[in-house]
Amino acid sequence: MDIREYLDQDQKKDLLRLLTAGSVDDGKSTLIGRLLFDSKKLYEDQLTALHRDSKRIGHAGEDIDYALLLDGLKAEREQGITIDVAYRYFSTAKRKFIVADTPGHEQYTRNMVTGASTANLAIILVDARQGVITQTKRHTFIVSLLGIKHVVLAVNKMDLVDFSEDVFNKICDDYRSFVTQLDIPDITFIPMSALKGDNVVDVSERTPWYHGKSMLEFLETVHVSSDRNFEELRYPVQFVVRPSLHYRGFTSSIASGVIRKEDEIMVLPSRKTSKVTTITTSDGEVDYAYPPQAVSITLEDEIDISRGDMIVHPNHLPKVDRHFEAMLVWMDEKPMNPDTRFFIKQTTNTTKAHLDTIRYKIDVNTLEKSEGDKFSLNEIGRVIITTNKPLFFDPYMKNKNTGSFVLIDPVTHKTCAVGMIIDRFTGKDLELTISGADKEKILKGESLIKRKERTKLYNQKSATIWITGLHGSGKNELAYLLERRLFDLGATTVLLDGKSTRSGISRELDFTPADRAEHLRRIAHISKLLNDQGIITICSFISPDDSIRKQVAEIIGKENFYMVHLNANLEYCRKNDEYGLYKKADTGELKYLPGVDMDFDIPTNADLNFTPENKEDSIKQLLDFLSNNKIYPAE
Amino acid sequence: MNSYSINNLRELEAESIHIIREVAAEFENPVMLYSIGKDSSVMVRLAEKAFYPGKVPFPLMHIDSKWKFKEMVEFRDKYAKEKGWDLIVHYNKEGFESGVGPYTHGSKVHTDIMKTQALLAGLDKYKFDAAYGGARRDEEKSRAKERIFSFRDRQHQWDPKNQRPELWNIYNAKVHKGESIRVFPLSNWTELDIWQYIRLEEIPIVPLYYAKERPIVEVDGHLILTDDERMPEELRKKAKMRKVRFRTLGCYPLTGAIDSEADTIEKIVEEMMTVTKSERTTRVIDFDQEGSMEQKKREGYF
Repeated sequence: MDIREYLDQDQKKDLLRLLTAGSVDDGKSTLIGRLLFDSKKLYEDQLTALHRDSKRIGHAGEDIDYALLLDGLKAEREQGITIDVAYRYFSTAKRKFIVADTPGHEQYTRNMVTGASTANLAIILVDARQGVITQTKRHTFIVSLLGIKHVVLAVNKMDLVDFSEDVFNKICDDYRSFVTQLDIPDITFIPMSALKGDNVVDVSERTPWYHGKSMLEFLETVHVSSDRNFEELRYPVQFVVRPSLHYRGFTSSIASGVIRKEDEIMVLPSRKTSKVTTITTSDGEVDYAYPPQAVSITLEDEIDISRGDMIVHPNHLPKVDRHFEAMLVWMDEKPMNPDTRFFIKQTTNTTKAHLDTIRYKIDVNTLEKSEGDKFSLNEIGRVIITTNKPLFFDPYMKNKNTGSFVLIDPVTHKTCAVGMIIDRFTGKDLELTISGADKEKILKGESLIKRKERTKLYNQKSATIWITGLHGSGKNELAYLLERRLFDLGATTVLLDGKSTRSGISRELDFTPADRAEHLRRIAHISKLLNDQGIITICSFISPDDSIRKQVAEIIGKENFYMVHLNANLEYCRKNDEYGLYKKADTGELKYLPGVDMDFDIPTNADLNFTPENKEDSIKQLLDFLSNNKIYPAE
Repeated sequence: MNSYSINNLRELEAESIHIIREVAAEFENPVMLYSIGKDSSVMVRLAEKAFYPGKVPFPLMHIDSKWKFKEMVEFRDKYAKEKGWDLIVHYNKEGFESGVGPYTHGSKVHTDIMKTQALLAGLDKYKFDAAYGGARRDEEKSRAKERIFSFRDRQHQWDPKNQRPELWNIYNAKVHKGESIRVFPLSNWTELDIWQYIRLEEIPIVPLYYAKERPIVEVDGHLILTDDERMPEELRKKAKMRKVRFRTLGCYPLTGAIDSEADTIEKIVEEMMTVTKSERTTRVIDFDQEGSMEQKKREGYF
């Protein structure tokens, strides 16, 4: 190919911005170094320097330490970690790439957030020996928070697990099950050894079971252009060009949508309308323009328009409001002071803002929510913000350019926080909206309320207290007394016993071993449902066989199941037989009464064992037990 | 490819124009530093586009070390006049009058006095609160981590550990009096992108970039042009005609040429892609110590 042809083709390539996340140990720098190296972008003298440096501070043994190519600043090189976000450039025959290389540790969450803000795609590295770890989850959460739609899970160091397909599949499964709760539409898995070069540029022979693309081939072909929003026109006015009295050009980097000559437009906040007369791009006058072009337009009418105004199509307005909800990431070493009136910059608008409420903070490692009244470095949470003047915005997930903002400290002028707008609704309305992740949960029949939330509301950890014992041992007395005491203390409970269930839900069932098993199966499921809703259930049933009790425990979940054995001898029970069942059994009128014509297996694994004599003491022990196990109260 | 696609060069161009406009809109008194080099030429073209058909709403400033190649100065004066640029040429008068130069004072002292100090004095003199520079992140390792809006304190110093987070295309332009921002609109461009753009836009560049027979002396392995009589005579005597070109331009005694046949942009690109040393190896000042660029940047050098 002749050089002119090459240059003409090179010009036509598109640009892919990607983020890499992972720690030094995952081989992230090695991967990028190799991509740069193998795409032949590394210049000769940089290589010479590399060979020299590898001998001195390299960490890769015999091989070239590709990571050294990347660690820019001197102090960081000596520590062997990359601290900040560094940008790398390489190009192949098909595409140009900008890589945002970010560190992986939790204390660098802000750097990763920074790198993710401009990326179309994220490569998340995991060490094949360790699989999906907390860090992987954290990285994935941040990637989804910043709205990156394409994720590659690079399972690296496959050479150290003998290129095992099982190891790879297990990691993919683990990751898939974690990622369902996040909103990432496109996920690709690649087994890899960055150090040895397997599946980096060429598909490796050492993973014959892998039928996908190599990393580089994937990056070259992944389709990302549809990620841009060409729907609603958002034209934030950046600068007004006035070369003469007769010409006023309104410049903007188009945030979304397409603007055409002759379009009817509306200017916010004035809501005045006009028509587009000319559109000028860097390449001359055109009939239409689209993101991310930086253009200038003129309008038919003389309207007062200045920086910060937004030009839109009148039938597709953004939200115009002083209040909105957002996910916020705190970026400053200095913790937030809740009284601060920040500068907020969103598109080309700058005004003052105040954080009204922190609805919750979210733990980047566990995704658990907690309360809080301020943020410190790297903390993330959902907030309600009020601004001095109305902003023009869209939800971030729909429009990154109009849904993002930064907060600037009014004293230090540092960028102290960054945010992604969720919607303009106030908290009350928001309870009624359903997110994509929520929809999935509903489809699967999973509650939108987390167990933790219920635990907090009821101040109890739901559980089943299963009381077993012979007929007449005083189970019901114990159960009813316990229920009363727990109610008085403030717990939320449901009591299930033979009387209340056999007359309704199990009314067609008899006392044969088969019917008894079916009956208790139903009870166990009811109890589980109640536990799932946060309720403590107290179940009082003879449940005579070990096997039945075992089955019940399995249905309910062993971690929620506590067995209490009320151990009374038969003599006591017969005396206490209010319904006269023993007599009926003795005469044969009643069959299958445990202790008479069938066995009662004394449980050997009960959590608590009582005798019927001292009820008050038993209740006290039970309450102590519940308290010690943080069942009630939970705190 | 749909009709709303954009190629890499136009995308970079749009990003740069956005940055240039953002600074013009938010700062009171910005300046564009013009080094006469190819990157500067691209940056100035982008500024012209950003405000078209209006005029560029800020001045250009060239920090003249007084040891630039003659052809650079000629080029600067010619285009400033032709294009009607509002061009400030600033130099360290005191240093110049006391005869500071690389041959008498060494490259380190010369660079510090005639470039770094001159730049800082120039910025202070006109009270500029923002200065555009044509640096690219792919030039040098310490640049890869620098922000597009790079904050400088009252002493013009850069603290690599204390940089402002920079997300999306939202740039924090808030500074206190005396503090400033260095702005790098070409941060995401590579050397090849620059050449491509010069070719596409037919941007004039200093002829020194093209190969030509020139009188050259070899000094410590660097090919130095005998540009004027200030070069010591014993060196000038050794000059031989050699077909060379320059990959970067600076002070002539500190800028090495490379042997080359490339006398068109296409040939330059071809040469760049086959032979290869990264750009800054032709700059003598970078060799002082490992990480020397980072050190200079901390002190206020561009």
